[in-house]
Amino acid sequence: MVVETGFSSPRTDAFPAGLRVLVVDDDPTWLKILEKMLKKCFYEVTTCCLAREALNLLRQRKDGYDIVISDVNMPDMDGFKLLEHVGLEMDLPVIMMSVDGEIRRVMKGVQHGACDYLLKPIRMKELRNIWQHVFRKKIHEVRDIESMEGIESIHMARSGSELFDDGSFLGGEDTTSGRKRKDADNKRDDKDLGDPSSTKKARVVWTVDLHQKFVKAVNQIGYDKVGPKKILDLMNVPWLTRENVASHLQKYRLYLSRLQKEGDIKNSFMGMKHSDTPPKDSTAGSGIRNSINLTQDNVSNGSFSFPVNHTLAPSVDLKGHEGDRKGITSGPMTELKGPFPIDVSGPRKAKSSKISFDHSLGSVDSVVNFASFGPTDTAQYSWNEIPEIQFKQEYEPLQLENRFSQLPLPGLQHHMLPEYLQPAVSVSPGPSITEKEATSSGFEVKSMYDDYRSNHAKHSSQTEAVGESHSLNNQVFKSISTTTSSMKSQDTVPNHLTVSEFSPKNLYEGVGADDLQLCWPQGDCYATNFGLQGLDCTEHNNPATALETPFHLYDHPFDPTEYYASDQGLFA
Amino acid sequence: MERNPLRRQLQIMRKSLFDQGYLDEQFVQLEELQDESNPNFVEEVVTLYYRDSARLILNIEQALERKPYNFHKLDAYMHQFKGSSSSIGAKKVKAESTLFREYCKSGNGEGCMRCFQQLKKEYTTLRKKLEAYFQVARQAGPMETACRPK
Repeated sequence: MVVETGFSSPRTDAFPAGLRVLVVDDDPTWLKILEKMLKKCFYEVTTCCLAREALNLLRQRKDGYDIVISDVNMPDMDGFKLLEHVGLEMDLPVIMMSVDGEIRRVMKGVQHGACDYLLKPIRMKELRNIWQHVFRKKIHEVRDIESMEGIESIHMARSGSELFDDGSFLGGEDTTSGRKRKDADNKRDDKDLGDPSSTKKARVVWTVDLHQKFVKAVNQIGYDKVGPKKILDLMNVPWLTRENVASHLQKYRLYLSRLQKEGDIKNSFMGMKHSDTPPKDSTAGSGIRNSINLTQDNVSNGSFSFPVNHTLAPSVDLKGHEGDRKGITSGPMTELKGPFPIDVSGPRKAKSSKISFDHSLGSVDSVVNFASFGPTDTAQYSWNEIPEIQFKQEYEPLQLENRFSQLPLPGLQHHMLPEYLQPAVSVSPGPSITEKEATSSGFEVKSMYDDYRSNHAKHSSQTEAVGESHSLNNQVFKSISTTTSSMKSQDTVPNHLTVSEFSPKNLYEGVGADDLQLCWPQGDCYATNFGLQGLDCTEHNNPATALETPFHLYDHPFDPTEYYASDQGLFA
Repeated sequence: MERNPLRRQLQIMRKSLFDQGYLDEQFVQLEELQDESNPNFVEEVVTLYYRDSARLILNIEQALERKPYNFHKLDAYMHQFKGSSSSIGAKKVKAESTLFREYCKSGNGEGCMRCFQQLKKEYTTLRKKLEAYFQVARQAGPMETACRPK
């Protein structure tokens, strides 16, 4: 039973009044008492008697709560497990409760990341102080963001020129930083769907992509010898701080040890791979929501952005083309799916990326994702697969999308993945596309193009949720059209695209917001939305095969390359 | 001392519940939560407790009918029951719960059975007393803020 008090803006000025608390306890008597107590403290209370329900609530509104209070013993899920999930996915402070005050139990709670452990019967004065945990975390996050910002700006300045040089943006630094910047901006802009408040919490979002890098680094160093500094260096993510890595490492360690004990590791892999398959998160809607929320914070390429996306237009069939995607942006495809009003009848791929968190995998899944990310990079990126249909070549969808996903677009979020772009290669030359188009057509597209050009398009304005889901793939566009994927043109270069692998650049180069509008074969043509009508798709020669299908709907020839270019800008 | 006879009676009843160890501090916490928006909060909570805990009692009873005893399960049920009982400040009931869990941990089936019988007695006695208490409370009308037991 969930008693929703309604999500109002997170906090009023009279902090800590208005603190949004989620209470989870299977005992109805305690639930009633705690609710009353918290209300007396002028907190906003939501009660829940099942752990799974609580997770759903949290995922649906990623920033809808400030703190979680949970009982240790619950019928459907162990309180510690819930604690883990919340910590990994949402990074919210969690307080545990129990009538059992045994030291061992309390220690276990703290080990799992609880920021406090209360013994029942609970006094009201104990609840009055819980705001301190929220406040403390906020301070730390802000500090992280600020430090990140500084780094980002430096990167942004540098990144432009290199973007299109060669396709290997594996390093993705530029984009990352660009993206990160955007994320930070997004966070601040608070376009986040789930976060009504104007002050979005700044957290380092461990997107799938980022986490994957993390896991890779850990594996490289050797789990036993690992240390935050080493990991940080290997990861090569400029805006990430040592503290971010340290805390994430701690969580990861706990997680792994628990997995090993339970022997879930295998499952996790399964779960991960599964993400590609259509949807686990059949609840596309909710999935999107979740994902969106998740992604919002995603700084990185959107590994999480997927979540949002995947629910989006399934049409994006990202066929996995080559596994290169590893880690790169593969997610983007799914992103489109999301919020687009388009009725994506197509198979919704629950792009795995987020799936893990999405709920579809269940609590374990999310965890699993982490685990699986490491080893199964290919599997994961299945979502990234861009439908080859369009483009023969497989290119990694520009993760750009992911970034966009960050935009809270309520519907959109998902930037479509114009990711398919090919490695910067194509982009650079070209984006000739129509930057003009990008200008505005309504979609932020222009920003994309602009960025694209400049490569560094710092396009923070992306806020507009440019639907630029460059996902050239028609499928992708379907969703895009409706949602103005806020593609932010981040560093134009699809940094994350490992695209270099794909030769056909033309594929997405022009992808810009316009692309989003691509009429999906499914029939959703939002040509009107296309801001980039003017896009000069022709500029890039696409392998022809790729694009033809979807674009016939549009007036202008669809030039994937164009899209691609736009994407680039997004990630400026 | 209350001039109103009903209120006075209520006060006496309440005091006795505390003095005799039926209720503890938690009950006072509940009383403090009662206000205009929830004038019968305490009674509501107690009612909810008795309704929900009846289920737990039944679970334990059924578990005690199956031999050999599954102590792990019995302990888990009692843990739940204890947590619930702590919510209204049912002191004696809680004490019996703790004892029961001790017996479970030591695998003392006899002890569990005896303890459980005692627990049920306390549980029922408390319910009767609280029912009587709330009946008078309703008749007496809204009280002032709760006062701590002397």
